[in-house]
Amino acid sequence: MSGPFIDDARIAEARKLADEIVNPIFDLIQHNTTVSNERTVLRFFGLSGAGTRGVPLANLMVDKLKAAGVLNRGAAYWYGRALQLGAKSPLEAVERLTALPADKMGVLSPEMEANLRDEVRSEARAAMAELKSRIAQRNALREQFPMSPAPHKYVIVATGNIYDDVDQARAAAQAGADVIAVIRSTAQSLLDYVPHGATTEGYGGTYATQENFRVMREALDDESRKLKRYIQLTNYSSGLCMSEIAFCAAYERLDMLLNDAMYGILFRDINMRRTFIDQYFSRRICALAGIIINTGEDNYITTADAYDAAHTVIASQFINECFAKRAGLKDWQLGIGHSYEIDPYRDDTLLLELSQAMLVRRCFPDAPLKYMPPTKHKETDIFFSHAYDVMADLVAIWTRQGIQLLGMMTEAMHTPLLADRYVALKSASYIHRAARGIDEEFTVREDGKIANRAREVFANAEQLLRECHAEGMVAAIGKGRFGDVKREETGGKGLDGVLPKAPDYFNPFLEMLEAS
Amino acid sequence: MVKPSKQIIRPYGDRRDDGMVQLSFTLPVPLSEKAKEAAAQFTKKMGFTDVKVAAAERAADQYTFFVVYARSAVSLDYAEIDVPEVVVRKMGFNDLNALIKEKVGRRIVVFGACTGTDTHTVGIDAILNMKGYAGDYGLERYPGFEAFNLGSQVPNEDLIKRSMAKQADAILVSQVVTQRDVHKDNSRQFIDAAKAAGIHGKTLLLLGGPRVDHKLALELGFDAGFGAGTKPSDVANYIVHAVLKKEGKESQDSHYQGEPT
Repeated sequence: MSGPFIDDARIAEARKLADEIVNPIFDLIQHNTTVSNERTVLRFFGLSGAGTRGVPLANLMVDKLKAAGVLNRGAAYWYGRALQLGAKSPLEAVERLTALPADKMGVLSPEMEANLRDEVRSEARAAMAELKSRIAQRNALREQFPMSPAPHKYVIVATGNIYDDVDQARAAAQAGADVIAVIRSTAQSLLDYVPHGATTEGYGGTYATQENFRVMREALDDESRKLKRYIQLTNYSSGLCMSEIAFCAAYERLDMLLNDAMYGILFRDINMRRTFIDQYFSRRICALAGIIINTGEDNYITTADAYDAAHTVIASQFINECFAKRAGLKDWQLGIGHSYEIDPYRDDTLLLELSQAMLVRRCFPDAPLKYMPPTKHKETDIFFSHAYDVMADLVAIWTRQGIQLLGMMTEAMHTPLLADRYVALKSASYIHRAARGIDEEFTVREDGKIANRAREVFANAEQLLRECHAEGMVAAIGKGRFGDVKREETGGKGLDGVLPKAPDYFNPFLEMLEAS
Repeated sequence: MVKPSKQIIRPYGDRRDDGMVQLSFTLPVPLSEKAKEAAAQFTKKMGFTDVKVAAAERAADQYTFFVVYARSAVSLDYAEIDVPEVVVRKMGFNDLNALIKEKVGRRIVVFGACTGTDTHTVGIDAILNMKGYAGDYGLERYPGFEAFNLGSQVPNEDLIKRSMAKQADAILVSQVVTQRDVHKDNSRQFIDAAKAAGIHGKTLLLLGGPRVDHKLALELGFDAGFGAGTKPSDVANYIVHAVLKKEGKESQDSHYQGEPT
């Protein structure tokens, strides 16, 4: 059992502290929008195409509105204006709007304004109904072909070519994978647009595009029917296009998304305000679409030391949970991230890793959790590397992880070969089969190393939360409290894409998402 | 120079010179007796003998994974192999700091970054950050070094510009992502930029990463290369001796060997 270790009251207090820490951020979120959130609104209306030289139409239109200084009223409002100008399709709307001279972009009569909003709201309801029907299709397939029991075995494909990815993903599913993640091309997180169409060239991964999502989901639907076992698909809602990716993923019936409230700030140097505002809309979409989010706390202990920084993982998890709950996500959708990353040359690492995983399970009993394998201390000795991964498999089944990313014995060398995944799946299946229920057979002693370490880490996490509470979230990040990375509120990429909402700002989708 | 005598070697498994090799690979065919025979024939075609297909497993509907043991009759003369290696006599943390203080007489300025599109700071962090790697302190911890870690996705030109502003003695370029040789393209671009800025041949230029070795780094135009398993102290030792040589305080042909004493 994953102990009591810690009093319920202290866990409740940590949760309350986290909620008060994120509270001021919602003032920022409520009063500002971003270019990416506005592009997401246009994508909801069906503006998924690209213009000349592959520039997405959503970017063309939002850039035009921003240059004209009118984006603060909301892209949905201007979409309505285009409809009033006689646009018959999303493409025509862009053309009419981008051709409109600035002096024709003023305020209309109150009656016309009201009519415009009614008209746009009715279109938005139709768009939302279509999205919901697609999500319902996915849910029906999930019911028809139930998934294997947890931990869901999660493997990555990363060929750079979506069609090669499909072959690798099908093979992985046949070998027992439950979740396929298509790794994104290096540095996509820093693109302020979502590339268009099917792609066959990428570095260290494959571009996340709506068409690539569609191609992969279609292949996995086919594989799910053949295997009579639903195969989940995940991608990355992170970087400068969090909400756009969330929409594309929801529309193409993805099951999970990597989505973290702070990851972009810390590890991609994306501006803090931009990330906080974007993550909220993206998570609202995930909440509606029944997408499980995976948070990225595992990354903290690839930069900072996993033993010394263990408490930062716990503190951040409480914060991420609060951001998620406030965006409408339910416990079952919280793939709270953590990992097996303590230096294997220390003593007692299996006990320490068990302690940490049990502590996370103790703090978030109803969340699926997302467990990551060792990466930082991986060696190119594949035989050692394989043994090392197997220990993570054991901890995963012992602590009832919902989602387990399987380690690859060639982690330190190259993107996984087909056989690497096969070997990892075979041994993880063995460990899960061999040790299921082990947590009910062994009770962890309350006076032992595991429990004492969990109490120590939790006490440090409480201390960190109190510091964040006292100095504020922004200052805490500024001091490098998470992952040893320091960021300033006005630093990083993408701040120029943040703008205060006008008093008559209009976003019918956010209205609907917040009301549901 | 006296040519070393011959040293003929072969892979060693159970008995000396048995030539035993283990292979694993995947063939894009379903598992069958025919597939196993294909694996055996493939191995023989590579020149191996005594082929044993130890495992043939259905990795997926259309793919079979093999583990094969076989013997090789190939041998080679180890004495003939020439691999340039960065060889310096390693000094411990305190001794090295003392040497810098005594002979260099100032702090050695080092800049490092993971440049280009690469987002993986694990390598540069291991070498530069205070914490270091595998119990070996990073350069930030040495009083004798002034180390600047600029992080990931730094344009090559920015790294060079900021290094020049501080009159850096050495620049460390880390490259982790290697798909389609992007690390080589980016490294060449760095060297071009260093030449354009006039620091090539003056500032020490070091390349590091899991797929980097000294030979590759030299080919690309760097002064030295450091691969997987490099510790911060390896880099620190190299830089100190290279700086001393450059300043004429150590002879050009001085050759250091051995573990730290």
